[in-house]
Amino acid sequence: MSAPILAVRDLRVYFEIRSNEGWLSKPQTLRAVDGVTFDLLQGETLGVVGESGCGKTTMARAVLGLVPVTSGEVLFGGKDLAHLDAGEMRAQRQHLQIIFQDPLASLDPRMTLGQIIAEPLRSFFPKLTASERQAKVVEIMGHVGLLPEQINRYPHEFSGGQAQRIGIARALILRPEVVVCDEPVSALDVSIKAQILNLLSDLQERFGLSLLFIAHDLASVRHASRRVMVLYLGKVMELAPWKDIYRTPLHPYTQALIQAIPPADPKRARSNPVKPLGGELPSPISPPSGCVFRTRCQHAIERCSLEVPLLRPVGESLVACHLAEQIQAASA
Amino acid sequence: MAPTPLLEVRDVSVEFATREGAVRAVSQVDLDLVTGETLAIVGESGSGKSQMLLGLLGLTARNGRVSGSARFKGEELVGAGAKRLNQIRGAEIGFVFQDPMTSLNPYLTIGRQLTEPLTVHRRVGSAAATAQAIEMLHAVHITEPERRMQQYPHQLSGGMRQRVAIAMALICRPEMLIADEPTTALDVTVQAQVLSLLREVRERFGTAVILVTHDLGVIAELADRVNVMYAGRIVETGSVDEIFYNCRHPYTQALERSIPQLDDSRLERLVAIAGNPPNPLHLPPGCAFAPRCPYRLDVCDKSVPPLEAVEAGHRKACFYEGALDRMAEPA
Repeated sequence: MSAPILAVRDLRVYFEIRSNEGWLSKPQTLRAVDGVTFDLLQGETLGVVGESGCGKTTMARAVLGLVPVTSGEVLFGGKDLAHLDAGEMRAQRQHLQIIFQDPLASLDPRMTLGQIIAEPLRSFFPKLTASERQAKVVEIMGHVGLLPEQINRYPHEFSGGQAQRIGIARALILRPEVVVCDEPVSALDVSIKAQILNLLSDLQERFGLSLLFIAHDLASVRHASRRVMVLYLGKVMELAPWKDIYRTPLHPYTQALIQAIPPADPKRARSNPVKPLGGELPSPISPPSGCVFRTRCQHAIERCSLEVPLLRPVGESLVACHLAEQIQAASA
Repeated sequence: MAPTPLLEVRDVSVEFATREGAVRAVSQVDLDLVTGETLAIVGESGSGKSQMLLGLLGLTARNGRVSGSARFKGEELVGAGAKRLNQIRGAEIGFVFQDPMTSLNPYLTIGRQLTEPLTVHRRVGSAAATAQAIEMLHAVHITEPERRMQQYPHQLSGGMRQRVAIAMALICRPEMLIADEPTTALDVTVQAQVLSLLREVRERFGTAVILVTHDLGVIAELADRVNVMYAGRIVETGSVDEIFYNCRHPYTQALERSIPQLDDSRLERLVAIAGNPPNPLHLPPGCAFAPRCPYRLDVCDKSVPPLEAVEAGHRKACFYEGALDRMAEPA
């Protein structure tokens, strides 16, 4: 088993927000990330899934020091990133990079492809000469499938898939160890999605990257990751190897997520149509007591409203559900 | 006897005049929709699927020109007057778009927006319109509909907005509903709610649906028939089972293989389609898919393959006749 390259411990990100009641009312607390703990292992891809508002993006940004952490630890290379000052954090950033969801929105339209990809080098290695920089840019362009003659083109001249390749090149030029992929294929067309997913797995192998792969659909995560973490209202519901998540999901929320995905198979769709999860996502300002999922859970019992379920091992999975054993027995 | 089509589209093309020259977004499309059926149109961005539907309903941008014929219940839509098209849109043909906020007005209450089509198109009195609107909100599973009627779109969640948009599209009981990527912007759990809602309203009201999407899972869930579009043309059409289990066009096959699936039987590695969709300004002279196609023949670069019957109800536009057994993988 490989060692963790990044260890996140009880990470919390709370935002103070003003309520609608007026300027003088007490600010309320929005719990975007509420006690998340996990390890990212050396060379693995850890998938992170959950619906909009589950805190997956905020969690990733907190790991990179892009939003202030309320409490908890982000351990990387013997340091706690959550408690570094701005200068020390900046020095660490070359080891931790991010790829964004909307490729065109994340590229400066006034910069050429070459300038965009070289920018991280300019800020972290200002002593490099122009030709050394150029050589590195051309090399990484080759790795992501861009042609050297495209170096002076502008972002608007590229399609979404190619723009995402530019974003990947920019993230990888510093040879980071950890890359956060924040929904890197959600905005892309189907035929391009597969190209980018395959490219990411090739690059991971070549550079030995450890990836935190965020997505809202389990299907793209399945092709990228061996282990998957399921978030709901800022908390980890289940963290397990992909095959267990898919075959024997133990948390009722994970089950609901899997049943919500329509299979690309009309016969199966007719015999077993998608089952929508009832109810609405509760507000992260006033989450339910006890288990945050209980208001939408078909198995909920009284204990679920009284006692917060801890993330605990059941088989090879980590599950935050009081009833995980019963659910496991029922599905076996 | 075959049922009379509700919508009969023949040889429809949509062309735009741009500074760089004429762009043909849709080329010679034929399609039929019968009462109560769901027809899916699948294709990537720029395949012309949305432009075709906008073209039929007189919603093409000013620099666009629509040719061909589209008969809705026997009435010609192409070239029809703006007044008549206004009556048809909203009353007889409902619309649901990808982003519910494109159909909802942020300044008006839900109640106002739901009752307006009834008072305008159906000349219903305001009390009766309110009652029908509340009933329709019930039908799309909005809780506390009376209270929602007083609310504004920003007070609803994304999933609720899409359900309200569906209620609005159905409020005049149209015979046909056009749903353009109705679930693309939604989370999977919300998507599942909207899919089962669409299935329910289709059964309850007998509405025929044209479903535009790029998601094969959504198609498998809802469609009776499928049209596959690529670069402005229909390249394959058939029943949903034919398209999924016996597809005959290399592009359809490539689409099916490249989609991430939960299924265990899939390969770890996705089979990507090499290259990019063509630029509509510079379409190749032959088959537009040829540059990306693993089955390409010499003739494919010279002429456009016609859409021809493979068997009853299943047609494809492809010169290649052999088995589709090659892998498409970029070098």
